Amino acid sequence: MSVTHPFKGVPARPRPDFECEPLDASGIGDVERRLSPIERILNNDAVRRAGVLIALLVVWELYARWADNPLLFPTFTTTLETFVHDLLDGTLLDRTRTSLYPLALGYVGGIVLAAILTSLAVSSRIGADILTTLTAMFNPLPAIAVLPLALIWFGLGIPSLVFVIIHSVLWAVSLSTLTGFRSVPETLRLSGRNYGLKGIRYVALILIPAAFPTILAGLKIGWAFAWRTLVAAELVFGVSSRSGGLGWYIFEARAQLETPKVFAGLFTVILIGLLVESVIFRAIAAKTIQKWGMQR
Amino acid sequence: MTRIEARPLVDVRDVTLQYKTPEHLVTATYKVSCQVEAGDRYVILGPSGCGKSTLLKAIGGFIKPVGGSIVVNGREVREPGPDRMMVFQEFEQLMPWKTVLQNVMFPMLAAGKYLRSEARDRALSAIEKVGLAKFKGVYPHMLSGGMKMRVAIARAMALEPDVLLMDEPFAALDALTRRKMQEELLALWDSLRFTVLFVTHSIEEAIVVGSRILILSPHPGRVRAELEAGALSYADVDTPEFGALSKRIHSLLFEEHAAPSALTPEPKLQLAATPR
Ligand SMILES: Nc1ncnc2c1ncn2[C@@H]1O[C@H](COP(=O)(O)OP(=O)(O)OP(=O)(O)O)[C@@H](O)[C@H]1O
Ligand SMILES: [Mg+2]
Repeated sequence: MSVTHPFKGVPARPRPDFECEPLDASGIGDVERRLSPIERILNNDAVRRAGVLIALLVVWELYARWADNPLLFPTFTTTLETFVHDLLDGTLLDRTRTSLYPLALGYVGGIVLAAILTSLAVSSRIGADILTTLTAMFNPLPAIAVLPLALIWFGLGIPSLVFVIIHSVLWAVSLSTLTGFRSVPETLRLSGRNYGLKGIRYVALILIPAAFPTILAGLKIGWAFAWRTLVAAELVFGVSSRSGGLGWYIFEARAQLETPKVFAGLFTVILIGLLVESVIFRAIAAKTIQKWGMQR
Repeated sequence: MTRIEARPLVDVRDVTLQYKTPEHLVTATYKVSCQVEAGDRYVILGPSGCGKSTLLKAIGGFIKPVGGSIVVNGREVREPGPDRMMVFQEFEQLMPWKTVLQNVMFPMLAAGKYLRSEARDRALSAIEKVGLAKFKGVYPHMLSGGMKMRVAIARAMALEPDVLLMDEPFAALDALTRRKMQEELLALWDSLRFTVLFVTHSIEEAIVVGSRILILSPHPGRVRAELEAGALSYADVDTPEFGALSKRIHSLLFEEHAAPSALTPEPKLQLAATPR
């Protein structure tokens, strides 16, 4: 048998056929093994992230002690003391509650408006044109830049805050929802229409669940925008209004040069942001898109 | 449903279908006519890209013909509806947010044709028939491509539409499952006598599954022939009749016969179709 190698005309080395029994696999040990406690702890995201957080806090504490300038950079321990003190005497809770009220109103309002606009946008071409143009115009406009206008229209108080929060939520959520709707696979759309679904039923039963990963991402971004806008707006308000939320708390502390309080205020803002992100949004994701295999 | 009707159940007359993209106008089918009678297993066979899926989508009501008319059950097709259930060629036709059982039940509930308990029973028996009873509570992302296809088939059958439109439903299945599904489809047809339009580009599958075979020319799809194949099944694969028919279809598909627009013949018509 003279087989010629396809390359260079070299004759191929003859290789004999063979058969054999598969190796004895019982020597591998357990096919399934529980991970060791250390491996399991290291596999837990929360634990690893807490590790990062603790390292940061240690760096903060060390730097603040070394800098030794409580007016500019208080230590973590002083900040924590101030935080706990203000939490226990109710100031912080009170301020947070004052902040959360317009926040919730604005956030929900923004989402409802976004839902209406995007539903119109998917059901008619003119609706789509309107939404795309509006989003292109207003999305880059910082919410805080419309605050002066809001103050002229609604005066000092909650309506102005709600207005700017809606502005910050509406465009971000609309944009991601529309993007989500547009990237729903054609076949899924067709099969939805095959069942005779039309209009609002089609949007609610096919488009929204199919686009849910993008919609949820939009809701998260909207939440972050809303929270930012609120604190910023309150800082501006602080100059002229007496009862305020967390932004006002920070502003007041700065005016009195109580830097630990400024830090405690910022700390609260971060804490609430983290809480919403890691508890509420995480739970929604686990119950929906992760269970459906639309996101890992 | 065995009632023989005077007029065909699906009446396609001189249908021309086009896609308009920003740069191109693609003619998918040109003046295609065919009549499907109640109880037919009507196979549409043709090389890849000749417009089979497009024709099926037009009958489903998803694409408007630029010329000609499509009448199903005496009514002109204007929009999609649950009386024409479609099994698509692509996998992503299942709703990822619903379990297998919910996916099969959904059209029955959405169409308002059945009560919830009734829909559930029908769905369960349809899932049983495609061999997925064990997976009824599972979400689609945990299924293989072939299993997803079987769910889509169960979903379409459970609704008992006037016409079942199937676009290469078995192309993605492995040879064994494909054969099992073909036999299952034939057995179901034997007991229910539904009407099915079935697209394939496997000659063998066309002869085994079909009772009538419509052969389309290469792109743009035009009618090339319509043949009778009701008498042949898997048992006859080795018979001369089967071989003769298959050879005839083969030459109809590939002969360069007055087809100036067919630039090159399709590379090779595979017996086992590969999904895109
Ligand atoms: N969405 C679309 N936009 C533009 N052209 C399209 C579109 N879908 C299909 N076509 C074109 O229409 C023609 C027919 O396509 P179709 O999908 O109906 O072919 P087919 O016969 O189903 O092929 P296959 O056997 O590969 O599935 C092809 O030339 C294709 O390029
Ligand atoms: Mg196709």
